[in-house]
Amino acid sequence: MGLSVQNLWLIPLLPLVAAAIGALTPRTGRTLAAGAAILAMSFSFLLSCGALVTALANPATHATSNFAWFDLGMGALRLGWLLDPLTAFMCVMVTFVGTLIFIFSTGYMHEDANAKQFFCFLSLFASAMLGVIVANSLLLLFVSWELVGLASYLLIGFWFHKPEAAGAAKKAFITTRIGDLGLLLGMLWLYDSTGSLLFYDGGHGVLEAGALSALTAHTALGGFALSTIIGLLIFCGAVGKSGQFPLHVWLPDAMEGPTPVSALIHAATMVAAGVFLIARVYPLMSADQALAHVPFHALTVVAFIGAITALMGALIAVAQNDIKRILAFSTVSQLGYMMLAIGVGSWVAAIFHLLTHAFFKALLFLGAGSVIHAAHHEQDIRSLGGLRSHMKVTFATFAIGMMALAGVPFLFSGFWSKEGILHAAHEWDVSRVPLLFGLAAVVLTAFYMTRLVAETFFGKARSHASEHAHESPASMTLPLVVLAVCAIALGFLGTPAFPWLQAKLLGETEVLGHSLLAGSGLMMLSVVLVALGLGTGWAIYGRVTREKSTSPDPLAARFPGVIAFLGARMKFDELYAATVFKLNAATATFADVLDRFVWDGAVRFLARLGEFAGVVNREADEDGLNAGFDAGSESLRGTGKAYSRAQTGDAHGYLRIIAIGFVVLVLIMMLGGNR
Amino acid sequence: MTALQLCLVFSSALFCVGLVGALARSNTILVLLGIELMLNAANINFIAFWRFSPSPAPATGVMFVIFSIAVAAAEAAVGLALVIAVYRHQKNIRLQEANRLKG
Amino acid sequence: MPVAPAAAFPLLSLIIFSPWAGAALLAMFRGVAPSVSRTLALIFSCGPLALGLVALNAFDPGRVAPQFVEDSIWMSRLLNVHYHLGLDGLSLVLVLLTGIVTPVALLASWRVTHYPRAFGILFLLLEGAALGVFLALDFFHWFLFWELSLVPAFFLIKLWGGPAASRAAYQFVIYTIGGSAFMLLGFAALYVATGTLDFTQLAQLAADGVIGAKLAALGGIWPKAVFVGVFLGLAVKVPLWPFHTWLPSAYAEAPVGGSMFLTGVMSKMGVYGFLRILWPIFPAQLHAATPCLLALALAGIVLGAYAAMKQTDLKRMVAYSSVNHLSYCLLALFAVSYATGRTAPTAAAATAALSGTIMQMFNHGLSAAALFCCVGILESRSGGKRGLNDFGGVRTVAPIFAALCGISLFSSLGLPGLNGFVGEFLIFRGVFGLDAGAATIACFGLLATAIFLLTFWQRVFHGPRAGVAAGEFADLSGIEIAPLLPLVVLMFILGVWPQLLAGLINPIVSSWAAHLSLP
Repeated sequence: MGLSVQNLWLIPLLPLVAAAIGALTPRTGRTLAAGAAILAMSFSFLLSCGALVTALANPATHATSNFAWFDLGMGALRLGWLLDPLTAFMCVMVTFVGTLIFIFSTGYMHEDANAKQFFCFLSLFASAMLGVIVANSLLLLFVSWELVGLASYLLIGFWFHKPEAAGAAKKAFITTRIGDLGLLLGMLWLYDSTGSLLFYDGGHGVLEAGALSALTAHTALGGFALSTIIGLLIFCGAVGKSGQFPLHVWLPDAMEGPTPVSALIHAATMVAAGVFLIARVYPLMSADQALAHVPFHALTVVAFIGAITALMGALIAVAQNDIKRILAFSTVSQLGYMMLAIGVGSWVAAIFHLLTHAFFKALLFLGAGSVIHAAHHEQDIRSLGGLRSHMKVTFATFAIGMMALAGVPFLFSGFWSKEGILHAAHEWDVSRVPLLFGLAAVVLTAFYMTRLVAETFFGKARSHASEHAHESPASMTLPLVVLAVCAIALGFLGTPAFPWLQAKLLGETEVLGHSLLAGSGLMMLSVVLVALGLGTGWAIYGRVTREKSTSPDPLAARFPGVIAFLGARMKFDELYAATVFKLNAATATFADVLDRFVWDGAVRFLARLGEFAGVVNREADEDGLNAGFDAGSESLRGTGKAYSRAQTGDAHGYLRIIAIGFVVLVLIMMLGGNR
Repeated sequence: MTALQLCLVFSSALFCVGLVGALARSNTILVLLGIELMLNAANINFIAFWRFSPSPAPATGVMFVIFSIAVAAAEAAVGLALVIAVYRHQKNIRLQEANRLKG
Repeated sequence: MPVAPAAAFPLLSLIIFSPWAGAALLAMFRGVAPSVSRTLALIFSCGPLALGLVALNAFDPGRVAPQFVEDSIWMSRLLNVHYHLGLDGLSLVLVLLTGIVTPVALLASWRVTHYPRAFGILFLLLEGAALGVFLALDFFHWFLFWELSLVPAFFLIKLWGGPAASRAAYQFVIYTIGGSAFMLLGFAALYVATGTLDFTQLAQLAADGVIGAKLAALGGIWPKAVFVGVFLGLAVKVPLWPFHTWLPSAYAEAPVGGSMFLTGVMSKMGVYGFLRILWPIFPAQLHAATPCLLALALAGIVLGAYAAMKQTDLKRMVAYSSVNHLSYCLLALFAVSYATGRTAPTAAAATAALSGTIMQMFNHGLSAAALFCCVGILESRSGGKRGLNDFGGVRTVAPIFAALCGISLFSSLGLPGLNGFVGEFLIFRGVFGLDAGAATIACFGLLATAIFLLTFWQRVFHGPRAGVAAGEFADLSGIEIAPLLPLVVLMFILGVWPQLLAGLINPIVSSWAAHLSLP
């Protein structure tokens, strides 16, 4: 039973519908919301399995289904769905892990009043994440990518009444958006130079030979091929989303969210989206490999960033005390491994590690969630301890996850996937640095995971909460068990003897096994390193367990400066606060001052100028023109007044004047008559 | 002395009586009476000049006088009405006191 | 090409004058109950929307020339003035926007208690004037509508506005009239030179290079002065940075409905003027000025957003975000003009940029109106307070309000899936193809927008309950949801299905982009 690419959109649609149901139900409808979410996710899982069947039937083809989104110019802006083994494996992983985490959440969020909103956001997140995976267009991928960011923002800030959670959510959104701007620019440049954003489009897609040769032929800034620059810009997006150095700062803070969120978003899926993106556009990233005259290749940058992140994350994880923070930094470190793998040219190794990591890291986070749930939200490993006897299932599954992460040989999936990465790094002929960093991180990973397990589960209970902890309900332990099984079993999909997964991802029909002995030297070395890490960890933290929650850390007592520096996360936050934030604030102040004083000042000045002209005008009017008019009217008034004095109102007087006048008139006429 | 001259002397005398009356009296009604006398002196002059003119055929003098009398009658009516209004206002009809409308 | 059929039915006149008829009718009903006058005003304000939908139904999107044309001689003896109306894709989009925003703004002002009848009358007058601006094709009555819109706006701000409303209203009107005066002067000179005031004729003359020659014949500084005059009138209205200082106080002090209309519709009048008048009539002059204008538009985008970050008054913050968003529109237009005449093929990029501009106008109208509506609700709850720090934890007590406001915020910051993204993406896509450097700088505006809008959201809605929200704070009532709901629904619809808008504007934009040339 296959699922054709034309119906692929159903996979992200189902969780979206569940999210809509969750959004529109009243607060009391938490059962409905949770039910819809789990049901939709399980159906998506089934559909994904169908898609996997279809994809594996023809692993070498990229089946697409494109459609027009809206008219633009003579053509249209087109989006589409893509089905190939990469898509199918990712879909299955996300929906499977997602379903388990949803089930776990029903137990974990049981007491939260806002649980229905939680399931709404979870479904929205799952839908967006699946959208990223099935997109056949960088634009559609970007759309889903941003929605993933939104859902992550909402989920990290789920307990928004806590200022730290709200701040962490904002920090996550802004930090990833910085990377996304690079992705946006890369996308714009790609669109501008190829006229398309579809990955595969029957020969016209951006990941197909025609567009790639055009991109590599074109030289842009600084002698780089255009594909290098576009690739690196797209990589910026992945750096932000996957918590790579130097934009990793948001990921540890994001642990303020509920633990299932940390498991889903910050371990299994969202942070892996960056790795997935680079794997998806790998043809573009690697297009410049054949060019000799460029200063460096895009993948070289990816490899170094990955190596730095892998080592840095492992180093910082050594000095953390919060159970979720340790896991968060281990995630940073493991994502660094994946980037490293892509950088050294083996994207299938990265995807293999991505898949195994999704399972065992989800297991670890859910195990941590179980611990936190049982210990009444105590997250400091110094205050836990002795949980081994109280929580048997959680301990057993957590230990499996820990061993998978540490890369305990042969039985656990993490060993095989990490081995693939180290092997690829070993074969890389550009530089030895990634391999050395990777090997160093192997020791550190084994070390800090041993410390985590020893402090949390061994020794004696060091707080009231851990003393009275008891096993979580079945809705929480069941997913743990399933994930634990997967954390072991998944490794056998891609052992060097039978690399089935890698072959399918590469589109090979036959699985060519290598001898286990090929590269066995490296394998032996890493086995020794893992043992070293585990042994040192046990020697320091396991053999003699901590007495009180306040007693000093043995390592910190030995190297106080180093541990304090690492504990402060290498002071990245302080560095950014002193530079980026300050610059940002200064720009804002500059803009504000410019507005308030310069431009508004100019307007005020003009207004004052107008006012001044008005005043001058008034003065001229009053003292010049008006004075003349006033004088004229005043003299008229004076004359009128003088004449009006003759009007006495005495009728006799008038008559007398008339009479005198008459007499005078008569006299004049008489005298004149003589002439 | 011809008849015309006699008439003119008479009318002159009448005019003088009217003028003195109008100027000397303070009772407004008497002032009006004086004015009427002066008017009638003029009327007598009209009649006299018409009657003793060389060709007195059309009754021009009489017409003048009839108009003049009609106008005088109207004037007297208005004048007396004014006097009544003044009386109502200031409770007497002394002309010297009716001077409030001056500018 | 078929000749445009003479409009048997004066649909466009009806669109413009139906609100005015409503205003006249409302003016006659003295002493009616406030609820009756509010309802009447609302009904009349819906008239243009209904008629606009009729026009949309009969509209042929394939035709580039204006449709439903009404053209009759108005005063031929004195001046060559026609009463000339026409509707093309650009006008139609803006008519619909006006038709949507006005009733919504009236709904948001439902609680106006002083003289609700006068409020309704002024609002209807304003709506008619704005519609006239979007439909007139002759400068003479276009300018009449343009200036007439200021009068009701002035009274709305001054009489129903906040504590500093009087000063803001004066500043708004005098500043804009100052700009318009220059524009009038410019058009007077243009009339002397060409003898016509008809936009289509002028555009044709400009394309043929006649206007340039005629203006050059005037000699002296006239060719430049005419352009600068018209430019100033439009730039103040949009506003283009740095002519924007009237805007924050006017938007902040206006009553809720007034702010919604000012930002939703009146700011579009300026951009419309740029597209309809400045660009077609002065292509060469605009092209010559673009290096400088691009810098101004970028300053509006980046510094506008950064200035918003510094505001503590929510309304001023949203007002600055309007400066930022409208600058994107102008950036796209300037980039198109900048690239005109270059050898590289620019038609695809120009199409994207211009489509983006028109979509951004519509989308910004929706999202900014919704944001002002939300701030207005906060203001009504707090008795006039609207400081960034006067609230906290509102989401705890008012989840519906938080959801609607949050959607508006995310629409405003260009989240994909909501309407704001499509326009911004197209603008960026176009500008990148025309001037990659400008697009890169503009990205900082995107980042800053996200920062200040999220700060707004976080301070007001998240965290522990504080300030006004610490006390009694009710969630939205039905009458408060009523204006927000249609806007939010439209945000979703246009975000997922932008073809609704793109289908209307694509032919005209493609034709513009295909005929990019300098005379």
